[in-house]
Parts: sequence; C-alpha cells; structure tokens
Amino acid sequence: MNPQIFDKLKTLAEAAKYDVSCASSGTSRPNSEKGLGSAAGWGICHSFTEDGRCVSLLKTMLTNYCIYDCGYCANRRSNDIPRTTFSVSELVELTIEFYRRNYIEGLFLSSGIVRNADYTMERMVRVAKDLRTIHRYNGYIHLKSIPGASRELVAEAGLYADRLSCNIEMPSEQSLKLIAPDKDYQSVFRPMHYIQQGVLENKEDRKKFRHAPRFAPAGQSTQMIIGGSPDDDNKILHLANAMYQRPAMKRVYYSGYIHINQYDTRLPALITPPLVRENRLYQSDWLMRFYGFKVDEIVNEKHPNLELEIDPKLSWALRNPQFFPVDVNTADYEMILRIPGVGVKSAQLIIASRKFGRLTSENLKKIGVVMKRARYFITCNELPTFTVNEAKPEYIRRALTEPTKKKRKTNERQMKIPFEG
Amino acid sequence: MLYYLYDNTFEGFLTAVFDIYFRKENPERIVNQTTDILLFTETHTIITDEEKASRVFLGLKKKISRSALNMLYLCFLSELPDIELILLRYIQKSLASDISIETNFADDDVLELSKIHKKVSREAERMRMFVRFQKTADGLFFAAMEPLYNVLPICADFFQDRYADQAWLIYDTRRQFGLYYDLKTVEIVRFEQTPDFLRNGKIKQEQQDESETAFQDLWKDYLSSITIRERKNLKLQRQFMPKRFWKYLVEKS
Repeated sequence: MNPQIFDKLKTLAEAAKYDVSCASSGTSRPNSEKGLGSAAGWGICHSFTEDGRCVSLLKTMLTNYCIYDCGYCANRRSNDIPRTTFSVSELVELTIEFYRRNYIEGLFLSSGIVRNADYTMERMVRVAKDLRTIHRYNGYIHLKSIPGASRELVAEAGLYADRLSCNIEMPSEQSLKLIAPDKDYQSVFRPMHYIQQGVLENKEDRKKFRHAPRFAPAGQSTQMIIGGSPDDDNKILHLANAMYQRPAMKRVYYSGYIHINQYDTRLPALITPPLVRENRLYQSDWLMRFYGFKVDEIVNEKHPNLELEIDPKLSWALRNPQFFPVDVNTADYEMILRIPGVGVKSAQLIIASRKFGRLTSENLKKIGVVMKRARYFITCNELPTFTVNEAKPEYIRRALTEPTKKKRKTNERQMKIPFEG
Repeated sequence: MLYYLYDNTFEGFLTAVFDIYFRKENPERIVNQTTDILLFTETHTIITDEEKASRVFLGLKKKISRSALNMLYLCFLSELPDIELILLRYIQKSLASDISIETNFADDDVLELSKIHKKVSREAERMRMFVRFQKTADGLFFAAMEPLYNVLPICADFFQDRYADQAWLIYDTRRQFGLYYDLKTVEIVRFEQTPDFLRNGKIKQEQQDESETAFQDLWKDYLSSITIRERKNLKLQRQFMPKRFWKYLVEKS
C-alpha cells in the first residue's frame, strides 16, 4: 500500500466534512450472484464522530484542487491548504476494504473541480463504474453531480450510483452570486434537472422492460447553508418546499454556517454555528414531509422566522388555539399528528389502540406521548383539563420555556467539604 | 408454589404453554432448568416436544398475525427475567379473545412486549452497526460482540447476504457461541477451548492479515478528520454509540 494514502485520506476527508448528507437509505440493491455487499431497506449508521454526527458512508473528495472561489467553501482556490488527489484505484481499494470490515455502508464521493466540470465528473464516474463492474460491489454509492457537467455524464453516473446530489448552497440566487461569483442558480438547477429527467425516463423504461437498469434508485438530494446569508426561514422553507415538489427530490439538508474563511468579509463572523436554528429547520422539514403541514402554516410573511425557544409545531399550535383541544378518542389521524408532543409513532399507536376502548391520560403517557406539552391540547377519557383555550397561549409558552426548577433542595444543615486540585 | 422448568429454548417454552393448558395448572414462574430452586417448591420439568410446541404455534397463528408471532420470538430472545410470564399472559389473552389483541396498546402486557420488542430489534440493529471485522492471515473476517440480548441468530441473514464472498465469524463473548459462514451456509459454532481472541475480541498482530493494522489506522484517521470541531458534542456521541460497545470498536479501543 502506498504510504501517502494516509495523508491523502486525512486531507480529502477533512475537505469533505462540511457536506452533511449521510443517508444511505431509500434504495433497493440486494446482493447479486454472491458478490460483495447489499443496500436494501434502510441505511445503517456504523459509527459516530465526536460531534455526534453519524458515519454511514466513506465521505471523501476525489480531489480538493478547485478552480472556483466560493466564499463558504474550505477548498476555495484562494485558500492556502494542502492539496491532493486520490487515484481511482486508491479510492476503490479503500472503499472495498472498509466495506468488508463493516466500517461503512458505502461511498459518498464529492470533488473539487479541476480543469473543467466534465473532466472531474468523468473521473468520479470511473470510481463508481469500477466498483460496480470490476469488484461486483452492491453497496451504496452517492455521487455529487458537478455543476456544469454534461447530460451524458450525469446519465452514466445515474447507472452506477444510488443517489446523485447537487448542492444549492445559498437559499437565494442573490446571496449565491455575491459569495460565489462563478456560480449561478442555472449551473445548479441544470444537473438537478438532468437527474430528475433520468429518473423519470427510467421509470417509463422499466414499465416496458422490467429488467432495465435502474437510474439513481435513491433519487437526489441537496443542501443549503443556514446563517451565511441574510435570507430568512420563510425564504429557506419555501425554497425547500418547492424542491420537494420535484419528482425525484428525496432530501433537503440544512447546514449551519461555520465561519471557515475568516478573512472573507462578505460572510458573517459567527462564533458558533447556528445549531438551534438548524434544528428548528429540520423539525419544520419533518412537519412538511411527515405531518401534513403546509409550508405557509409554519412560516409566512407575518412570521418569517421560526421561533428558537419552542419547536415549530408548538409554535403553530399556540398561534392557532382554535383547533384545540383535540379529543384523542375521536379525532382523525391528521389532527392527532398536529398535537404538540405527539409523534408519528404515538399517533399510530393511538389510532390502533382506541378501537379496544377509550384511552386515558395514563395510557397516552405509556404509549409515549410527551404529556408535558400535549396536556394543554387534548381531551381524553377524563374530565377536561386546563387546555390552551382556558390557559391562554402566553401562559403555556411561559410554562414550557421556563427552566425547570431543581427538584432536590440542598440541605442547609449538610456539612460541605470543598475539594480542590 | 409451582415452578415449570424448561431448557431455555423457544420450543421448550411453547411446550410449557401446552402443558399449562393440558394440565390446567398456573405456575408461579417458568424458569431455566439450571436455576436454583427454593426448598418446598413444587416443580414440573418440561420435556421439549416439537409436536406440542407446533400445536401451540398453529393455534396462535389462527389468532394473531405473522409479525406478532415474530415479535413473540424476538421478545423471547431478550432473556429478561420472567419474560416467559409476560409472553404466557399475552398468549392466553390472544387465545381467549375473538379478535387479535396485538394492537391494543392500552393493555399492559401488549404494551410491555411491544417495548421489549423494540429494545431487542434495536440491539440487533446495533449488531449490524457496530460489528467490526478484523481480517486474519488466513483470510477469515472475525468480529467479537457482547450483545445485551441474544440477537446474534436473527442477524445471520443480514450478514450472509451482505458479506457473501468472504468467510466470516461473529462471536458472542457473553453467551460463548458464534456464527460462522464458510461461503456456503451460516452455522452456529461453539468452541471447547477459548483462546484469547474469543475472550477479548482482538486478533494478535502475528495472526492478522498484513494490511489489517493499516486499514484500522486509516479508519481511525478518517473518523478524526471528518469531525467538525466547532460542533463537538461528546454527549450526543455517547447517546448514539453507548460506551458498552466501545470495547470491541476499532476506533474506540
């Protein structure tokens, strides 16, 4: 083994770490003919780094040389960092050997742009092709589609990869042009469109020929940087919502801005990344995808930003007390999902169990409903309690956001011995 | 006080259920034969009988769905103390009811079993997550594990499918048996002697494949490079990857 590979892996993994996507689900690629690997069903996280993020894929760059100079990126041309490039065979060997040891679910390959988009994209496709054809590898492959790559190369990539992605990075074209003058929305949307078309055409083909090879079976995803531009949550979530309307779009990721290029004055000097805001955006994303919320219910012109101190569902409920209290024994599933403190799982359990008898608050608690929040918004098989309509939204907000008092009082008579050193 | 003694197999347990109906008895506990029994305890030793077990199984099949049957088996693998009694009550309720009780989560036993089922499935999921193979000099991929519940048998299909072209052995150091795949089938193996690597899960340097250490180091390097230091959150890491697994993780030991 080439001893340089250690340095290469360190540099190129470091270069790829700000890409938050790690999903390895949504595809169905069972093991075939006793080859290596399988990617069926949901993804598996294999490890967790010290920042608490899961590691499911070998996330790395092919090269961190880049002709572009995007302000938010650690690999921009003007940064003075060590630059290196993996050869195709090195990357293939690493992927296979990690995979065989059950370290990873597959490969996530991104790249800086060298020479031109097509040259770079071609090398990336080579890696995926070698894995699939020479090594009979059936694990997961996520390829980044390079902005500006040709339709033919994107089409070829889709044949070998499970998921393709293209990052939109900035929530508005204005911000993108300001910070990454070499890029515009067209260069991002075009490959996205190629991917979408590939998926749709493939769907038609498979109707005619059942064994037509699948095109990017796990669809595509994208990523937005949060807090790097003045765009509000209203803008961000509406853009995300528009993305989800596209047929093959599976996930939009939100990445709290980290101030990497400290000399660049076009970007805000944040000391810590906006983690809470990022979390609230993900919660809203889930509300749109799994809880049947419309984007206008979460953010709109009147409420352009998500509240940081309470979650978006509670925030919606407090703005709309007229929908509550909900009777868990009679309400339909859609309405039960809207109760703060009730998740998808508990909502399903409620619907399943109430056929056998009326549910009490004790039952709800055991099912897993967070009664601390839910109790203001429900009625069950008991006398009505102090709900949002009697208590007023302001009171509930205060009750739920105030820090909980310490339960155990310190005993004044207890002798204290201060330990030092 | 009446204790039923059985051999700790699922068939044995189903035979015990059969005997409870047949003998019209109501045992205080159903326990492993090796359990110490108090003086003055009446006992009945179950002789595992496939026919009796399958009669109970078929009877249940008429009352509850396949997935509920599968859930009962997974809960049995939890090996929790007196799990047999909860399973027994669930079976009795199922057989007595005209409609399936499996979705009645207001019933304590149904809810309890669904929680145990979740725990066992989660432990099996963690096997799939945290098994780390080491390649030995003769090309075998070896991993040791210490699952809380006896989940190795239900992970066999997954590993067989995924690592179909390599021979592997996954060993449960607590229960002292392993799954061995010889490129054809997966078998349960037990060893009479337990060399060091079956106790601490570490293959000695001289028995490793020559590139094994390099790939372990590459993996550790990779994980430290991918960490975003501005977002350090050790508590979250421990929450997802509890410390009890660290002993056998390449990146943590």
